[in-house]
Amino acid sequence: MIHFLVHDAADNVGVAVVDLEPGTECVGRNLADNSALTARAEQSIPLGHKLALKDFVVGDTAIKYGCEIGRLVQPVKAGQHVHTHNLKTKRWA
Amino acid sequence: MQKRTVLGYRRENGRVGVRNHVIILPVDDISNAACEAVANNIKGTLALPHAYGRLQFGEDLDLHFRTMIGTGSNPNVAAVVVIGIESGWTQRIVDGIAKTGKPVTGFWIEGKGDIQTIADASRQAKEYAQWASELQRTECGLEELYISVKCGESDTTTGLSSCPTVGNVIDKHCALGGIASFGETSELTGAEHIVAAKAANDEVRKEFFEAFEDYTKLVFDQKTNDLSESQPTKGNIAGGLTTIEEKALGNVEKLGKKTKFVGCLKPAAAPDKPGLWFMDTSSAAAEAVTLWAASGAVVHLFPTGQGNVIGNPIEPVIKLSGNPKTVKHMSEHIDLDVSKILQGEMTLDEAGDALLDLIVRTANGRLTAAEALGHREFVMTKLYRSA
Repeated sequence: MIHFLVHDAADNVGVAVVDLEPGTECVGRNLADNSALTARAEQSIPLGHKLALKDFVVGDTAIKYGCEIGRLVQPVKAGQHVHTHNLKTKRWA
Repeated sequence: MQKRTVLGYRRENGRVGVRNHVIILPVDDISNAACEAVANNIKGTLALPHAYGRLQFGEDLDLHFRTMIGTGSNPNVAAVVVIGIESGWTQRIVDGIAKTGKPVTGFWIEGKGDIQTIADASRQAKEYAQWASELQRTECGLEELYISVKCGESDTTTGLSSCPTVGNVIDKHCALGGIASFGETSELTGAEHIVAAKAANDEVRKEFFEAFEDYTKLVFDQKTNDLSESQPTKGNIAGGLTTIEEKALGNVEKLGKKTKFVGCLKPAAAPDKPGLWFMDTSSAAAEAVTLWAASGAVVHLFPTGQGNVIGNPIEPVIKLSGNPKTVKHMSEHIDLDVSKILQGEMTLDEAGDALLDLIVRTANGRLTAAEALGHREFVMTKLYRSA
Protein backbone atom coordinates (compact mmCIF):
# COMPACT_ATOMS: atom_id res chain seq x y z
CA MET A 1 0.00 0.00 0.00
CA ILE A 2 1.15 3.53 -0.78
CA HIS A 3 0.72 5.99 2.12
CA PHE A 4 1.87 9.21 0.47
CA LEU A 5 2.86 10.67 -2.90
CA VAL A 6 5.13 13.50 -3.99
CA HIS A 7 5.03 15.22 -7.37
CA ASP A 8 8.68 16.16 -7.78
CA ALA A 9 12.11 15.32 -6.34
CA ALA A 10 12.39 18.87 -4.94
CA ASP A 11 9.16 18.55 -2.90
CA ASN A 12 9.53 18.89 0.86
CA VAL A 13 5.92 17.96 1.61
CA GLY A 14 4.07 14.79 0.60
CA VAL A 15 0.34 14.09 0.19
CA ALA A 16 -1.26 11.36 2.30
CA VAL A 17 -3.33 9.11 0.04
CA VAL A 18 -4.78 7.18 2.99
CA ASP A 19 -5.64 8.40 6.49
CA LEU A 20 -2.42 8.33 8.54
CA GLU A 21 -2.22 7.73 12.30
CA PRO A 22 0.67 8.91 14.50
CA GLY A 23 3.49 6.38 14.35
CA THR A 24 2.61 5.01 10.92
CA GLU A 25 5.77 3.98 9.05
CA CYS A 26 4.83 5.29 5.61
CA VAL A 27 5.68 4.06 2.14
CA GLY A 28 5.76 6.84 -0.43
CA ARG A 29 6.31 7.23 -4.13
CA ASN A 30 7.72 10.06 -6.23
CA LEU A 31 5.44 10.40 -9.27
CA ALA A 32 8.17 12.08 -11.34
CA ASP A 33 10.50 9.05 -11.44
CA ASN A 34 8.45 6.39 -9.60
CA SER A 35 11.14 6.10 -6.91
CA ALA A 36 10.29 4.80 -3.43
CA LEU A 37 10.30 7.02 -0.32
CA THR A 38 9.77 6.46 3.39
CA ALA A 39 8.56 8.70 6.22
CA ARG A 40 7.05 8.34 9.67
CA ALA A 41 3.78 10.12 10.46
CA GLU A 42 4.04 11.94 13.80
CA GLN A 43 0.46 13.23 13.80
CA SER A 44 -2.94 12.20 12.42
CA ILE A 45 -2.98 13.27 8.78
CA PRO A 46 -6.20 12.76 6.82
CA LEU A 47 -6.22 11.51 3.23
CA GLY A 48 -5.33 14.41 0.94
CA HIS A 49 -3.52 16.41 3.61
CA LYS A 50 0.19 17.17 3.65
CA LEU A 51 2.99 15.53 5.58
CA ALA A 52 6.25 17.40 6.26
CA LEU A 53 9.21 15.52 4.77
CA LYS A 54 11.79 17.64 6.66
CA ASP A 55 12.04 19.94 9.67
CA PHE A 56 10.95 23.50 8.87
CA VAL A 57 11.61 26.75 10.71
CA VAL A 58 9.45 29.86 10.48
CA GLY A 59 9.97 31.58 7.13
CA ASP A 60 10.89 28.40 5.23
CA THR A 61 9.19 27.73 1.91
CA ALA A 62 7.07 24.64 1.30
CA ILE A 63 7.73 23.05 -2.10
CA LYS A 64 5.22 20.88 -3.98
CA TYR A 65 5.15 20.10 -7.74
CA GLY A 66 8.73 21.42 -7.54
CA CYS A 67 7.24 24.91 -6.96
CA GLU A 68 6.64 27.24 -4.01
CA ILE A 69 3.25 26.78 -2.35
CA GLY A 70 3.70 29.15 0.61
CA ARG A 71 5.73 30.05 3.69
CA LEU A 72 5.79 28.33 7.07
CA VAL A 73 4.53 30.54 9.92
CA GLN A 74 5.13 27.90 12.64
CA PRO A 75 8.03 25.50 13.12
CA VAL A 76 7.16 22.04 11.79
CA LYS A 77 8.96 18.72 12.35
CA ALA A 78 9.26 15.99 9.73
CA GLY A 79 6.17 13.76 9.88
CA GLN A 80 3.86 16.52 11.11
CA HIS A 81 0.74 17.88 9.44
CA VAL A 82 1.30 20.89 7.17
CA HIS A 83 -1.85 22.96 6.59
CA THR A 84 -3.51 26.33 7.20
CA HIS A 85 -2.37 26.43 10.86
CA ASN A 86 1.31 26.57 9.86
CA LEU A 87 1.47 27.42 6.12
CA LYS A 88 0.33 30.67 4.46
CA THR A 89 0.17 31.99 0.89
CA LYS A 90 2.98 34.23 -0.33
CA ARG A 91 0.77 35.67 -3.03
CA TRP A 92 -2.39 37.17 -1.59
CA ALA A 93 -1.12 38.03 1.87
CA MET B 1 -3.40 7.36 -31.68
CA GLN B 2 -6.88 5.90 -31.66
CA LYS B 3 -9.45 7.98 -33.53
CA ARG B 4 -12.89 7.84 -32.01
CA THR B 5 -16.22 8.70 -33.59
CA VAL B 6 -19.42 9.93 -31.98
CA LEU B 7 -23.06 10.19 -33.03
CA GLY B 8 -23.66 13.92 -32.99
CA TYR B 9 -25.95 16.55 -34.47
CA ARG B 10 -24.30 18.38 -37.34
CA ARG B 11 -25.80 21.87 -37.35
CA GLU B 12 -26.53 24.22 -40.25
CA ASN B 13 -23.08 25.86 -39.93
CA GLY B 14 -21.25 22.52 -39.88
CA ARG B 15 -20.54 22.50 -36.14
CA VAL B 16 -21.20 19.33 -34.15
CA GLY B 17 -23.41 19.19 -31.07
CA VAL B 18 -24.20 16.29 -28.74
CA ARG B 19 -27.55 17.47 -27.36
CA ASN B 20 -30.64 18.70 -29.17
CA HIS B 21 -32.11 21.40 -26.96
CA VAL B 22 -34.89 23.78 -27.91
CA ILE B 23 -34.32 26.71 -25.57
CA ILE B 24 -36.55 29.57 -24.46
CA LEU B 25 -34.08 32.38 -23.85
CA PRO B 26 -34.97 35.49 -21.82
CA VAL B 27 -33.22 38.68 -22.91
CA ASP B 28 -33.65 40.09 -19.41
CA ASP B 29 -34.68 39.21 -15.86
CA ILE B 30 -38.25 40.46 -16.26
CA SER B 31 -38.88 38.06 -19.17
CA ASN B 32 -38.05 34.99 -17.12
CA ALA B 33 -41.69 34.41 -16.13
CA ALA B 34 -42.88 34.35 -19.76
CA CYS B 35 -40.03 32.02 -20.77
CA GLU B 36 -40.75 29.62 -17.93
CA ALA B 37 -44.46 29.63 -18.85
CA VAL B 38 -43.62 28.72 -22.48
CA ALA B 39 -41.27 25.93 -21.38
CA ASN B 40 -44.03 24.66 -19.10
CA ASN B 41 -46.53 24.69 -21.97
CA ILE B 42 -44.32 22.96 -24.53
CA LYS B 43 -42.68 19.70 -23.50
CA GLY B 44 -39.13 19.15 -24.61
CA THR B 45 -38.18 22.82 -24.35
CA LEU B 46 -36.00 24.43 -21.74
CA ALA B 47 -36.17 27.96 -20.27
CA LEU B 48 -32.92 29.58 -19.14
CA PRO B 49 -33.92 32.15 -16.50
CA HIS B 50 -31.18 34.52 -15.35
CA ALA B 51 -30.73 37.66 -13.29
CA TYR B 52 -29.56 40.31 -15.76
CA GLY B 53 -30.13 42.18 -19.02
CA ARG B 54 -31.37 45.61 -17.97
CA LEU B 55 -29.43 48.89 -18.02
CA GLN B 56 -26.08 47.20 -18.51
CA PHE B 57 -23.54 49.20 -20.48
CA GLY B 58 -20.06 49.12 -21.99
CA GLU B 59 -17.99 45.94 -21.76
CA ASP B 60 -20.52 44.40 -19.36
CA LEU B 61 -23.31 44.82 -21.93
CA ASP B 62 -21.06 43.39 -24.65
CA LEU B 63 -20.54 40.33 -22.45
CA HIS B 64 -24.30 40.05 -21.89
CA PHE B 65 -24.99 39.95 -25.63
CA ARG B 66 -22.05 37.60 -26.26
CA THR B 67 -23.38 35.21 -23.62
CA MET B 68 -26.97 35.34 -24.89
CA ILE B 69 -26.07 35.00 -28.57
CA GLY B 70 -23.40 32.40 -27.84
CA THR B 71 -25.74 30.27 -25.76
CA GLY B 72 -28.33 30.25 -28.53
CA SER B 73 -25.62 29.56 -31.12
CA ASN B 74 -24.17 26.54 -29.24
CA PRO B 75 -24.26 23.40 -31.44
CA ASN B 76 -26.07 21.55 -28.62
CA VAL B 77 -29.04 23.83 -29.33
CA ALA B 78 -31.37 22.97 -32.23
CA ALA B 79 -33.65 26.01 -32.14
CA VAL B 80 -34.31 29.08 -30.01
CA VAL B 81 -37.25 31.20 -28.91
CA VAL B 82 -36.04 34.55 -27.56
CA ILE B 83 -38.31 36.64 -25.32
CA GLY B 84 -37.50 40.16 -24.08
CA ILE B 85 -39.39 43.09 -22.66
CA GLU B 86 -38.86 45.17 -25.83
CA SER B 87 -37.99 44.60 -29.46
CA GLY B 88 -34.55 46.24 -29.83
CA TRP B 89 -32.31 44.05 -27.73
CA THR B 90 -34.51 41.00 -28.44
CA GLN B 91 -33.98 41.39 -32.18
CA ARG B 92 -30.24 41.97 -31.69
CA ILE B 93 -29.97 38.57 -29.99
CA VAL B 94 -32.21 36.89 -32.61
CA ASP B 95 -30.04 38.31 -35.41
CA GLY B 96 -26.86 37.13 -33.68
CA ILE B 97 -28.14 33.57 -33.29
CA ALA B 98 -29.59 33.54 -36.83
CA LYS B 99 -26.05 33.81 -38.25
CA THR B 100 -25.60 30.12 -37.40
CA GLY B 101 -28.48 29.30 -39.76
CA LYS B 102 -30.51 27.64 -37.00
CA PRO B 103 -34.22 28.42 -36.48
CA VAL B 104 -34.74 31.35 -34.07
CA THR B 105 -37.65 33.70 -33.43
CA GLY B 106 -38.01 36.63 -31.03
CA PHE B 107 -41.05 37.86 -29.10
CA TRP B 108 -41.44 40.96 -26.92
CA ILE B 109 -43.84 41.72 -24.15
CA GLU B 110 -44.40 45.50 -24.29
CA GLY B 111 -47.69 46.35 -26.04
CA LYS B 112 -49.08 42.82 -25.64
CA GLY B 113 -48.50 41.66 -22.10
CA ASP B 114 -47.26 38.32 -20.81
CA ILE B 115 -50.34 36.23 -21.69
CA GLN B 116 -50.45 37.03 -25.42
CA THR B 117 -46.65 36.79 -25.67
CA ILE B 118 -46.68 33.40 -23.98
CA ALA B 119 -49.39 32.18 -26.37
CA ASP B 120 -47.54 33.39 -29.48
CA ALA B 121 -44.15 32.10 -28.30
CA SER B 122 -45.66 28.75 -27.25
CA ARG B 123 -47.00 28.15 -30.77
CA GLN B 124 -43.53 28.79 -32.21
CA ALA B 125 -41.84 26.68 -29.53
CA LYS B 126 -44.17 23.77 -30.33
CA GLU B 127 -43.18 23.93 -34.00
CA TYR B 128 -39.48 23.96 -33.07
CA ALA B 129 -39.80 21.11 -30.54
CA GLN B 130 -41.53 18.87 -33.08
CA TRP B 131 -39.05 19.80 -35.83
CA ALA B 132 -36.04 19.18 -33.57
CA SER B 133 -37.43 15.82 -32.44
CA GLU B 134 -37.01 14.50 -35.98
CA LEU B 135 -33.35 15.52 -36.36
CA GLN B 136 -31.08 12.46 -36.55
CA ARG B 137 -27.63 11.91 -35.09
CA THR B 138 -24.88 11.23 -37.64
CA GLU B 139 -21.34 9.90 -37.32
CA CYS B 140 -18.82 12.66 -36.55
CA GLY B 141 -15.20 12.68 -35.39
CA LEU B 142 -14.63 13.08 -31.66
CA GLU B 143 -12.08 15.74 -32.58
CA GLU B 144 -14.96 17.83 -33.96
CA LEU B 145 -16.24 18.39 -30.43
CA TYR B 146 -15.22 21.56 -28.62
CA ILE B 147 -14.36 20.52 -25.05
CA SER B 148 -14.09 22.85 -22.05
CA VAL B 149 -12.27 21.97 -18.82
CA LYS B 150 -12.48 23.30 -15.28
CA CYS B 151 -12.18 21.65 -11.87
CA GLY B 152 -14.11 22.45 -8.70
CA GLU B 153 -14.09 21.74 -4.99
CA SER B 154 -10.57 20.60 -5.71
CA ASP B 155 -8.34 18.93 -3.20
CA THR B 156 -4.87 17.45 -3.39
CA THR B 157 -6.24 14.36 -5.15
CA THR B 158 -7.34 16.46 -8.14
CA GLY B 159 -3.74 17.53 -8.76
CA LEU B 160 -2.60 13.91 -8.37
CA SER B 161 -5.25 12.16 -10.45
CA SER B 162 -8.36 13.75 -11.98
CA CYS B 163 -6.71 16.93 -13.33
CA PRO B 164 -3.79 15.12 -15.01
CA THR B 165 -6.35 12.63 -16.43
CA VAL B 166 -8.04 15.59 -18.12
CA GLY B 167 -4.58 16.78 -19.21
CA ASN B 168 -4.00 13.42 -20.87
CA VAL B 169 -7.29 13.85 -22.78
CA ILE B 170 -6.35 17.41 -23.78
CA ASP B 171 -3.04 16.14 -25.22
CA LYS B 172 -4.81 13.40 -27.21
CA HIS B 173 -7.76 15.57 -28.32
CA CYS B 174 -5.66 18.53 -29.47
CA ALA B 175 -3.10 16.27 -31.23
CA LEU B 176 -5.99 15.08 -33.43
CA GLY B 177 -7.06 18.65 -34.26
CA GLY B 178 -9.67 19.11 -31.55
CA ILE B 179 -10.69 22.38 -29.89
CA ALA B 180 -10.51 22.79 -26.11
CA SER B 181 -10.48 25.61 -23.58
CA PHE B 182 -9.31 26.20 -20.02
CA GLY B 183 -9.57 29.34 -17.85
CA GLU B 184 -10.05 30.19 -14.14
CA THR B 185 -7.79 33.24 -14.39
CA SER B 186 -7.32 34.05 -10.69
CA GLU B 187 -6.88 30.39 -9.86
CA LEU B 188 -3.69 30.23 -11.91
CA THR B 189 -1.93 32.36 -9.25
CA GLY B 190 1.28 30.57 -8.31
CA ALA B 191 1.31 28.55 -11.52
CA GLU B 192 1.16 31.41 -14.02
CA HIS B 193 4.77 30.71 -15.05
CA ILE B 194 3.75 27.15 -16.02
CA VAL B 195 0.81 28.43 -18.07
CA ALA B 196 2.99 31.09 -19.71
CA ALA B 197 5.50 28.42 -20.74
CA LYS B 198 2.69 26.62 -22.55
CA ALA B 199 1.77 29.62 -24.73
CA ALA B 200 2.26 28.86 -28.42
CA ASN B 201 4.14 32.12 -29.02
CA ASP B 202 5.15 35.42 -27.40
CA GLU B 203 2.02 37.25 -28.52
CA VAL B 204 -0.25 34.65 -26.90
CA ARG B 205 1.93 34.74 -23.76
CA LYS B 206 1.63 38.54 -23.60
CA GLU B 207 -2.15 38.37 -23.99
CA PHE B 208 -2.34 35.76 -21.24
CA PHE B 209 -0.31 37.89 -18.84
CA GLU B 210 -2.48 40.94 -19.59
CA ALA B 211 -5.62 39.01 -18.65
CA PHE B 212 -3.93 37.47 -15.61
CA GLU B 213 -2.60 40.78 -14.31
CA ASP B 214 -5.93 42.48 -14.89
CA TYR B 215 -7.70 39.82 -12.80
CA THR B 216 -5.01 39.96 -10.11
CA LYS B 217 -5.53 43.73 -9.90
CA LEU B 218 -9.27 43.16 -9.43
CA VAL B 219 -8.57 40.76 -6.55
CA PHE B 220 -6.16 43.18 -4.89
CA ASP B 221 -8.46 46.19 -5.43
CA GLN B 222 -11.47 44.44 -3.88
CA LYS B 223 -9.99 42.14 -1.26
CA THR B 224 -10.33 42.89 2.44
CA ASN B 225 -8.04 40.08 3.65
CA ASP B 226 -5.79 37.35 2.18
CA LEU B 227 -8.86 35.68 0.60
CA SER B 228 -8.33 32.65 2.80
CA GLU B 229 -12.10 32.65 3.39
CA SER B 230 -12.79 32.27 -0.36
CA GLN B 231 -9.72 31.03 -2.25
CA PRO B 232 -8.98 28.24 -1.43
CA THR B 233 -12.62 27.46 -0.57
CA LYS B 234 -13.64 25.80 2.68
CA GLY B 235 -14.04 22.58 0.68
CA ASN B 236 -10.55 22.89 -0.80
CA ILE B 237 -9.12 23.33 2.70
CA ALA B 238 -11.09 20.38 4.09
CA GLY B 239 -9.52 18.36 1.29
CA GLY B 240 -6.00 19.38 2.25
CA LEU B 241 -5.27 22.33 -0.07
CA THR B 242 -3.68 25.15 1.93
CA THR B 243 -2.84 28.05 -0.40
CA ILE B 244 -3.85 29.50 -3.77
CA GLU B 245 -0.43 28.53 -5.14
CA GLU B 246 -0.94 24.88 -4.25
CA LYS B 247 -4.45 24.93 -5.71
CA ALA B 248 -3.22 26.53 -8.95
CA LEU B 249 -0.41 24.00 -9.41
CA GLY B 250 -2.98 21.18 -9.26
CA ASN B 251 -5.36 23.09 -11.51
CA VAL B 252 -2.87 23.47 -14.38
CA GLU B 253 -2.35 19.70 -14.52
CA LYS B 254 -5.48 19.85 -16.71
CA LEU B 255 -3.50 21.56 -19.47
CA GLY B 256 -1.65 18.40 -20.42
CA LYS B 257 2.04 17.72 -20.81
CA LYS B 258 2.58 18.47 -24.51
CA THR B 259 -0.13 20.85 -25.66
CA LYS B 260 0.59 24.54 -26.25
CA PHE B 261 -2.33 26.97 -26.12
CA VAL B 262 -2.93 28.86 -29.33
CA GLY B 263 -4.82 31.94 -28.16
CA CYS B 264 -6.64 33.90 -25.47
CA LEU B 265 -10.40 34.43 -25.45
CA LYS B 266 -12.50 37.10 -23.80
CA PRO B 267 -15.24 35.59 -21.61
CA ALA B 268 -17.82 33.76 -23.79
CA ALA B 269 -15.89 34.44 -27.03
CA ALA B 270 -15.71 31.59 -29.55
CA PRO B 271 -12.39 30.06 -30.65
CA ASP B 272 -11.82 30.38 -34.42
CA LYS B 273 -9.32 27.58 -35.00
CA PRO B 274 -8.40 24.17 -33.54
CA GLY B 275 -6.18 23.80 -30.49
CA LEU B 276 -6.24 24.65 -26.80
CA TRP B 277 -7.44 28.14 -25.81
CA PHE B 278 -7.21 30.15 -22.61
CA MET B 279 -10.44 31.92 -21.66
CA ASP B 280 -10.48 34.73 -19.10
CA THR B 281 -13.08 33.40 -16.62
CA SER B 282 -14.01 33.42 -12.98
CA SER B 283 -13.04 30.30 -11.04
CA ALA B 284 -16.62 29.86 -9.78
CA ALA B 285 -17.88 26.72 -11.49
CA ALA B 286 -21.34 27.72 -12.68
CA GLU B 287 -20.19 31.12 -13.97
CA ALA B 288 -17.25 29.64 -15.83
CA VAL B 289 -19.10 26.71 -17.43
CA THR B 290 -21.88 29.08 -18.55
CA LEU B 291 -19.22 31.19 -20.32
CA TRP B 292 -17.76 28.13 -22.06
CA ALA B 293 -21.19 26.95 -23.18
CA ALA B 294 -21.72 30.44 -24.62
CA SER B 295 -18.41 30.14 -26.47
CA GLY B 296 -19.67 26.97 -28.17
CA ALA B 297 -18.24 24.17 -26.00
CA VAL B 298 -20.38 21.03 -26.24
CA VAL B 299 -18.86 18.82 -23.52
CA HIS B 300 -17.31 19.91 -20.22
CA LEU B 301 -14.77 17.85 -18.25
CA PHE B 302 -14.96 18.57 -14.51
CA PRO B 303 -12.45 17.05 -12.11
CA THR B 304 -13.55 17.29 -8.48
CA GLY B 305 -11.96 16.28 -5.21
CA GLN B 306 -14.47 17.05 -2.47
CA GLY B 307 -17.52 16.76 -4.73
CA ASN B 308 -18.77 19.86 -6.56
CA VAL B 309 -22.23 18.93 -7.93
CA ILE B 310 -22.47 21.48 -10.79
CA GLY B 311 -24.25 20.92 -14.10
CA ASN B 312 -25.09 23.14 -17.07
CA PRO B 313 -28.27 23.30 -19.17
CA ILE B 314 -26.42 23.50 -22.51
CA GLU B 315 -23.30 21.34 -22.27
CA PRO B 316 -23.16 18.03 -20.39
CA VAL B 317 -20.70 18.21 -17.48
CA ILE B 318 -18.72 14.98 -17.00
CA LYS B 319 -17.38 14.65 -13.45
CA LEU B 320 -14.36 12.63 -12.49
CA SER B 321 -12.79 12.19 -9.10
CA GLY B 322 -9.71 10.52 -7.71
CA ASN B 323 -10.70 10.96 -4.06
CA PRO B 324 -11.76 7.47 -2.86
CA LYS B 325 -13.94 8.97 -0.09
CA THR B 326 -15.84 11.23 -2.50
CA VAL B 327 -16.27 8.43 -5.02
CA LYS B 328 -17.79 6.31 -2.23
CA HIS B 329 -19.89 8.88 -0.38
CA MET B 330 -21.06 11.02 -3.35
CA SER B 331 -21.19 8.28 -5.96
CA GLU B 332 -24.36 9.64 -7.61
CA HIS B 333 -22.41 12.72 -8.75
CA ILE B 334 -19.31 11.02 -10.16
CA ASP B 335 -19.22 9.82 -13.77
CA LEU B 336 -15.68 8.43 -13.70
CA ASP B 337 -13.70 7.05 -10.74
CA VAL B 338 -9.93 7.52 -11.19
CA SER B 339 -9.02 6.90 -7.54
CA LYS B 340 -6.93 3.83 -8.45
CA ILE B 341 -4.28 6.29 -9.68
CA LEU B 342 -3.44 7.13 -6.05
CA GLN B 343 -2.33 3.57 -5.35
CA GLY B 344 -0.49 3.21 -8.66
CA GLU B 345 -3.14 0.74 -9.89
CA MET B 346 -4.13 2.91 -12.88
CA THR B 347 -1.87 4.97 -15.14
CA LEU B 348 -2.76 8.45 -16.37
CA ASP B 349 -2.80 7.08 -19.91
CA GLU B 350 -5.35 4.42 -18.93
CA ALA B 351 -7.41 7.01 -17.05
CA GLY B 352 -7.29 9.35 -20.08
CA ASP B 353 -8.51 6.59 -22.39
CA ALA B 354 -11.32 5.75 -19.94
CA LEU B 355 -12.34 9.41 -19.95
CA LEU B 356 -12.24 9.57 -23.77
CA ASP B 357 -14.49 6.48 -23.89
CA LEU B 358 -16.89 8.19 -21.48
CA ILE B 359 -16.89 11.36 -23.59
CA VAL B 360 -17.94 9.20 -26.56
CA ARG B 361 -20.77 7.58 -24.57
CA THR B 362 -21.87 10.99 -23.27
CA ALA B 363 -21.75 12.50 -26.74
CA ASN B 364 -23.81 9.58 -28.05
CA GLY B 365 -26.53 10.43 -25.57
CA ARG B 366 -25.70 8.92 -22.18
CA LEU B 367 -26.92 11.28 -19.48
CA THR B 368 -24.21 12.57 -17.16
CA ALA B 369 -24.74 12.35 -13.41
CA ALA B 370 -25.47 16.08 -13.36
CA GLU B 371 -28.03 15.77 -16.17
CA ALA B 372 -29.77 12.84 -14.46
CA LEU B 373 -29.86 14.79 -11.19
CA GLY B 374 -31.29 17.89 -12.90
CA HIS B 375 -28.33 20.24 -12.43
CA ARG B 376 -28.81 23.10 -14.90
CA GLU B 377 -26.88 25.98 -13.38
CA PHE B 378 -27.03 28.89 -15.83
CA VAL B 379 -25.12 31.74 -14.19
CA MET B 380 -24.18 34.79 -16.20
CA THR B 381 -21.01 36.72 -15.43
CA LYS B 382 -21.58 40.40 -14.62
CA LEU B 383 -18.57 42.68 -14.69
CA TYR B 384 -19.94 45.65 -12.69
CA ARG B 385 -23.11 47.42 -11.56
CA SER B 386 -25.75 48.48 -14.10
CA ALA B 387 -26.35 52.14 -14.91
